[in-house]
Amino acid sequence: MKTLLIGEYRQGKLLDTTYELFGFAGQLGAETALFLVGTDSQLPAYGGTLYLADVAVCGEYSPELHKQLVLEAIKKENPDQIVFLHSSYGWDLAPRVAASLKVAQVSEVVAIQEGGYEVGCCNAKMRRTLKPATAQSVITIQAGAFEGVQPGGAPQIVKLAPAGASNVEFLGYEPAEEKGVDLAKAEIIVSAGRGIGKKDNVGIIAALAKAFGGELGASRPVVDAEWVSHDHQVGTTGQTVSPKLYVACGISGAIQHLAGMKKSEFILAINKDKDAPIGEVADVLVVADLLQFVPALTARLSQ
Amino acid sequence: MKILVCIKQVPDLESRFKPDAAGVWFSEADLAFRVNEYDEYAIEQAVKLKEQLGNEPEITVLSIGPDRVLEAIKKALAMGCDRAVHVQDSAAHLKDPWQIASIIATHAKDQAYDVIFTGMQSQDRGSAQVGVTVAEQLGYACATTLVGFAYEGGAITAKLELEGGIKGVAKLKTPALVTCQLGLNTPRYPTLPNIMKAKKKEIAGVPVADLLKEEALGKTVSFHPPAKKGSGLILEGDVSDLVEKVIGILKDKTAVLR
Ligand SMILES: Cc1cc2nc3c(=O)[nH]c(=O)nc-3n(C[C@H](O)[C@H](O)[C@H](O)COP(=O)(O)OP(=O)(O)OC[C@H]3O[C@@H](n4cnc5c(N)ncnc54)[C@H](O)[C@@H]3O)c2cc1C
Repeated sequence: MKTLLIGEYRQGKLLDTTYELFGFAGQLGAETALFLVGTDSQLPAYGGTLYLADVAVCGEYSPELHKQLVLEAIKKENPDQIVFLHSSYGWDLAPRVAASLKVAQVSEVVAIQEGGYEVGCCNAKMRRTLKPATAQSVITIQAGAFEGVQPGGAPQIVKLAPAGASNVEFLGYEPAEEKGVDLAKAEIIVSAGRGIGKKDNVGIIAALAKAFGGELGASRPVVDAEWVSHDHQVGTTGQTVSPKLYVACGISGAIQHLAGMKKSEFILAINKDKDAPIGEVADVLVVADLLQFVPALTARLSQ
Repeated sequence: MKILVCIKQVPDLESRFKPDAAGVWFSEADLAFRVNEYDEYAIEQAVKLKEQLGNEPEITVLSIGPDRVLEAIKKALAMGCDRAVHVQDSAAHLKDPWQIASIIATHAKDQAYDVIFTGMQSQDRGSAQVGVTVAEQLGYACATTLVGFAYEGGAITAKLELEGGIKGVAKLKTPALVTCQLGLNTPRYPTLPNIMKAKKKEIAGVPVADLLKEEALGKTVSFHPPAKKGSGLILEGDVSDLVEKVIGILKDKTAVLR
């Protein structure tokens, strides 16, 4: 079996997550080749074939051009699987490649199984096993599901030059917003999820945070609804935290939230749903209505 | 201008899921359904664009599925879409993303839509494939995961969400398809007068066989709960007992309480 792994490069840097692709290929027991729109001044620690296109010419976000380049590498390499990370780069580019080849795509794989690939569904509550029906297939792997492996060595480079024009003009990056609260430094974080029900209830969670002497965190819907500001958001598109204690109140435990807090030393979750996926990472899951439990805990702590 | 919004109806995700008889998707018994959250942002952005252009554009909303999806369609009409296409398919859950995309593309190819909005993914399957695949099949420019949208003179300026709070800004000429991320805008609640008005809007029913010409490229082998790897403690019962237990555990297992 042969895989073509699609590496990532952003804002002038080869992304470390690229090495997770090798972890996946290793579990699959497959040979590898790597594709990258990057630069030869920053090469991955990998001794195999590297299909390299120059980012200075192709741009970091130019999906039409990148698609053509990946297709060219596929023609040369004839891989069984073309593997992307399930990231903003991967979920944007992978379906374009799969559609051009008219092959199956399996998105956000969390595990390799005998009969196919396992993926999450229903907001991480359930799983599906999927099997491509085409000889070639496109795979995207969930961030963090496969441990990164640095193969080591220096690549044999096959240079690719872009053909055609881009139909999207990339205007540049906007940096992340200034952080008012640096959650990464907090020892205790108490986070509010959509389960708090309404903006007025943020105070209940903030009071518990205060009783613990910690900071207030939040899941994304709470931030999107503007109940709290973005600098409190924990997760892939917020902050990554690892406090001594993380208290998740009314948070279901979607992968994008878990990615930001699962390294916490101790996780206490309060959820009325016993099956909520937050239970997979929680040290203690309290099955209760947070509107009753949280004020009671706050009162007890304040005694 | 012609706008298309593609929406999916999904179950309430706080439900408990059980496999169906075939073991490849969930049983619909006892489930309540609603508009996929990502698609609500797509509907809202389409309506905002229509308003920006003096209400000239016509918005078509399309949904594939059994008759229950009419509820989702009616919500979209009440939010401001003008007409609807219901692709009638009681076995939509057995189609793969390639087939779903091809149904939409087959409908869209003679309609000359200028802008197509979809959610970035569905909450139940989360493949994040359908939107981009529709764009590929139609040869439209496409950008994904929008957290910002602006339109001027035949071009869209899209703010794309990347990891860690960074955003990318890209410009696309229409015809184009964009996939909408959570937080792109604030989806409106349908008002009572608009719900009444929506009742008079056209919903065209189209049998799926009229639009589906493609075979599936992949198949679902099984639908099952995750292998329980959580080793955590689950506590249930009376609130004051729970508080005492939690305090005890925190004193024992963490250094945060003394
Ligand atoms: C590209 C991308 C990036 C993302 N980035 C992030 C990110 O950085 N951070 C993030 O958090 N999310 C992120 N998300 C969103 C993520 O997928 C989930 O939608 C989100 O985390 C859900 O938030 P939640 O758990 O608060 O809400 P829900 O999933 O709606 O869960 C609410 C929970 O509250 C419980 N509940 C309800 N009422 C009560 C009550 N009275 N008492 C106790 N429990 C109750 C329910 O049982 C449920 O489990 C991202 C998504 C995408 C696609």
